[in-house]
Amino acid sequence: MSNSYRGSAVVRWVNDRLPIFTFLDHQMRDYPAPRNLNYWWNYGSLALVALVLQIVTGIFLAMHYIGDARFAFDSVEHIMRNVNYGWLLRYLHSNGAALFFLVVYVHIFRGLYYGSYKSPREILWWIGIVIVLAMMATAFMGYVLPWGQMSFWAATVITNLFSAIPLLGQEIVAWLWGGFAVGGPTLTRFYALHYLLPFVIFGLVFLHLWALRTVKSNNPLGIDVRGPQDTVPFHPYYTSKDYFGMGLFLLVLAGFVFYAPNYMGHPDNYIPANPMVTPTHIVPEWYFLPFYAILRAIPDKLGGVIAMAASLLVLFVLPWLDTSRVRSARFRPIYKVIFWFLLADVVLLGYVGSQPAEGIWIHIGRALTAYYFFHFLILTPVVGKIERPRPLPQSIAAVVLKGGKA
Amino acid sequence: MKRIVLAAVAALTLGAPAALASGEGDLAAQSWSFDGIFGQYDRHAMQRGFQVYKEVCAACHALKYVAFRNLADLGFNEEEIKAIAAEYQIADGPDEAGDMFTRPGRPSDQFPAPFANDQAARASNNGALPPNLSLITKARAHGPDYVYALLTGYRDPPADVVLGEGMNYSLAMPGNQIAMPPPLTEGQVTFADGTPATVEQMSRDVVQFLAWSAEPTLEERKNAGIKSMLFLALMTGLLYVSKRRIWSKLH
Ligand code: HEC
Ligand code: HEM
Repeated sequence: MSNSYRGSAVVRWVNDRLPIFTFLDHQMRDYPAPRNLNYWWNYGSLALVALVLQIVTGIFLAMHYIGDARFAFDSVEHIMRNVNYGWLLRYLHSNGAALFFLVVYVHIFRGLYYGSYKSPREILWWIGIVIVLAMMATAFMGYVLPWGQMSFWAATVITNLFSAIPLLGQEIVAWLWGGFAVGGPTLTRFYALHYLLPFVIFGLVFLHLWALRTVKSNNPLGIDVRGPQDTVPFHPYYTSKDYFGMGLFLLVLAGFVFYAPNYMGHPDNYIPANPMVTPTHIVPEWYFLPFYAILRAIPDKLGGVIAMAASLLVLFVLPWLDTSRVRSARFRPIYKVIFWFLLADVVLLGYVGSQPAEGIWIHIGRALTAYYFFHFLILTPVVGKIERPRPLPQSIAAVVLKGGKA
Repeated sequence: MKRIVLAAVAALTLGAPAALASGEGDLAAQSWSFDGIFGQYDRHAMQRGFQVYKEVCAACHALKYVAFRNLADLGFNEEEIKAIAAEYQIADGPDEAGDMFTRPGRPSDQFPAPFANDQAARASNNGALPPNLSLITKARAHGPDYVYALLTGYRDPPADVVLGEGMNYSLAMPGNQIAMPPPLTEGQVTFADGTPATVEQMSRDVVQFLAWSAEPTLEERKNAGIKSMLFLALMTGLLYVSKRRIWSKLH
């Protein structure tokens, strides 16, 4: 088997001893992917690119960063001013984190639109949600590291949420802090965890891909692959497409890094952390704003925390909440509409999250939060029952070869 | 394309509010030489701005992280930098006898802070703390416009406004009260290049200097940006062509 591998003598020599080329061939060239995947299918590989970028820039930052509350802020400024290309590393890392979330959010909404969470992809979907949760923890702790005002106060607000847990709340919070307030020990442990979690995410991505290899990619038609005429080898077809997508992603990232590096940041984080001065508005990074809005929509602290957690946890049961057996929204006239409403709801929630929790915003935030859960808990099951899906095509090939939109 | 639009939409809807969160007063957008894709610092303005900082602001405000040697960015040569550094007394030590001492500054030293600690700074400033200025243009929303508006925005308080003790009325400061007395008056410094030292001129120039001190790598960044963007655009174009060619065999 392995010694029949084509390629140069060196390649064959290596392959006979460690069949890495056979392995890659098997994974890429022999892996059949639906031939009709559109550009929304690029976001998975983009997420991987973003993760690798975070890890690489993160490791170089870690060589200069000091995880001690007395020196953290200064060490970041040292990176920005004195380390060769330190500014590039840091701006790549901070903007890269934001775009990582953007990519993953698009990836999730792609899944929602094309019904990628449905059987047999439930576990694949679950692992994805666990990845988002781990990303959130990672990014939150990363944001604390520069130890600016927003770092400090975001850490204070978010860790305080745990105090809402009945009975053990205060204990848990003190345990998280490593003291009686957010302080030096908090920063140092967050640094340790911020270094660790991305590698956990990497492991989760491996599981995610393993599950994917088992159940195979969904596609814009949402129908199963029937045979070889419906597929193309992943390499070179989707590798070439993913590389192109990566080029666009890097262009957008470079646009931010080189021309608007602090656009997505908050000016207060260039003020060193100061426990005595509370910023007028404590706002999280934009990628947390929808969840922040849900948190604040509920007047009760524990209730808010539960709602915020539920907003993500509801995705775990989505495969069973959706009663329709048709995957793709393309054939689901009503679901298609409520999908766009959900997207609008989440974007608006993000806007509300950026506004002070007062006056009209409270009411809007509540209405949007209610709609969010209404979508998943009521609309999704009901629509699946009452909707009459459009007829599904015979096969992927039938649609593609007819030159139809696939 | 979709991706770009998405990124822009996300950034606009979600990033903008953060930027609008602080700074209420009168924030007219100024045009700065360092704005835009090709924007660079203005060396003459920076040198004048440095003079304003040195002769006025440095009495109260630190310029942390900035070393004398960094002044090369402003166009000063090595000799000039040595001479500037030597004007300062830097605390050093201990010496062989175990005593601390002061010595004239060297290019590798950072600008010394005017006060030994925050308490001393407050004690001399009516209880208010003059912040470090080397990050100020990044630590405020629309920083350069804001600092300019702050320096030029002192007014007599309207009749219905009661100022706190030792406070001044400001159009730019959130809450319209600031503990810093108006730092600039017409003709306060004498510019070597003969530029008239109006309050507006000095303010503009010191903002140039402070913007540089907050982001000394801006020029390096924008230069690298052009090269990187061109490279990435070319690469992406080629990747697109190769993708098209690979897929064309299918249809
Ligand atoms: C006499 C001392 C003094 C001098 C001289 C002085 N400042 Fe200040 N400055 C202060 C004090 C005190 C504060 C704090 C004000 C407050 O918190 O209300 C301050 C605050 C500031 C702020 C921050 C305002 C904010 O948004 O919090 C800026 C910017 C500033 N000064 C710029 C300058 C510049 C530029 C100069 C030189 C042209 C200068 N200052 C000269 C004492 C001074
Ligand atoms: C899932 C991947 C990751 C995400 C989403 C992420 C996110 C973040 C964020 C949002 C910040 C704050 C940036 C700022 O405002 O300055 C940060 C800082 C930091 N991260 Fe990460 N990170 C990731 C991986 C890593 C890894 C793997 C390492 C180390 C090996 C690392 C090391 C650091 C360091 C040292 C800082 C502090 C320096 C700075 O603030 O720029 N990160 N991270």
